[in-house]
Amino acid sequence: MGQPHDPRGNLVRPYAVTRGRTEPRREIPIEAVLVASQDALQEARFAGHDKYRIAVLCESKAQSLAELSARTRHPLGVMRVLVADMVADGLLALHSAVPKTGFAERMDLLERVLSGLRKL
Amino acid sequence: MDFASYERAGAPPKEITSAKIVIAGGFGVGKTTLVGAVSEIEPLTTEAVMTSAGQGVDDASKVPDKGTTTVAMDFGRITMADDLILYLFGTPGQTRFWFMWDELIRGAVGAAVLVDTRRIADAFAPLDYFENRHLPYLVALNCFDGAPRYEPDEVREALAIPAHVPLVMCDARVRDSVKQTLVSVVEHAMDTLVAEQGGYPAPVG
Repeated sequence: MGQPHDPRGNLVRPYAVTRGRTEPRREIPIEAVLVASQDALQEARFAGHDKYRIAVLCESKAQSLAELSARTRHPLGVMRVLVADMVADGLLALHSAVPKTGFAERMDLLERVLSGLRKL
Repeated sequence: MDFASYERAGAPPKEITSAKIVIAGGFGVGKTTLVGAVSEIEPLTTEAVMTSAGQGVDDASKVPDKGTTTVAMDFGRITMADDLILYLFGTPGQTRFWFMWDELIRGAVGAAVLVDTRRIADAFAPLDYFENRHLPYLVALNCFDGAPRYEPDEVREALAIPAHVPLVMCDARVRDSVKQTLVSVVEHAMDTLVAEQGGYPAPVG
């Protein structure tokens, strides 16, 4: 028997942590943010190392899919599968990053971003 | 429920909106420097794995030992309010990964194409890309020390930048300069939105 093999960081088998699944249960934009409630954090203790780590990151501060990917060093596609599972299982709340469609809504968002930038 | 967790659970959770602005440009043009100048976090790097054919890997069984590559994207974050976060995403330096650009620009507020006047030809591919996309963008000339200074009109002509695309000067290392560039991106996005609406900006005050 070989040494225990940690698939993380191995570019050839990045999907080992999802047991080979590559299709997320739902599409999640790269900038969509995720939040874990304290209750969800407790539940995530039993969801495995990777999911628990994600829940810990999202409990203290809302984190985007991109941030979770970067902070756990899992490729984006892998993170999307894990996070979509966690959303489906109620371990994470997905906050919408869906582009606003109406003129007034889009203008309102742009105005808020503009004012946020000016305050930097 | 103890008092502490009651406190935490007290306010109903707010829907958080995240917006993004894309920073495009050739390899080494200063995208990560620009992001780092205004980001509240050290720029992070996220990777996507794909086959060398330039397509996303959607089936792990099809991932061969050779022929996979990772595309890295640097990004930063500005928390503007407890319900609003702006992300700044740098495009992958290699322009052959267009599909990754497609994912990055989906839903974006707008984009800035960063141009290094020492290697102006590197800007052709990114500019071509945005010319054919429905996303407001501007061109930001990154003013490196010692870089040749061109008049904006010269650059506009050299790169065949359409008249409706704003051209701004920028120093990617300087927070205020980057801030102004991003303000220009959002203002341009607003102008574009208003123009699409076929109306005129509502008078203020």
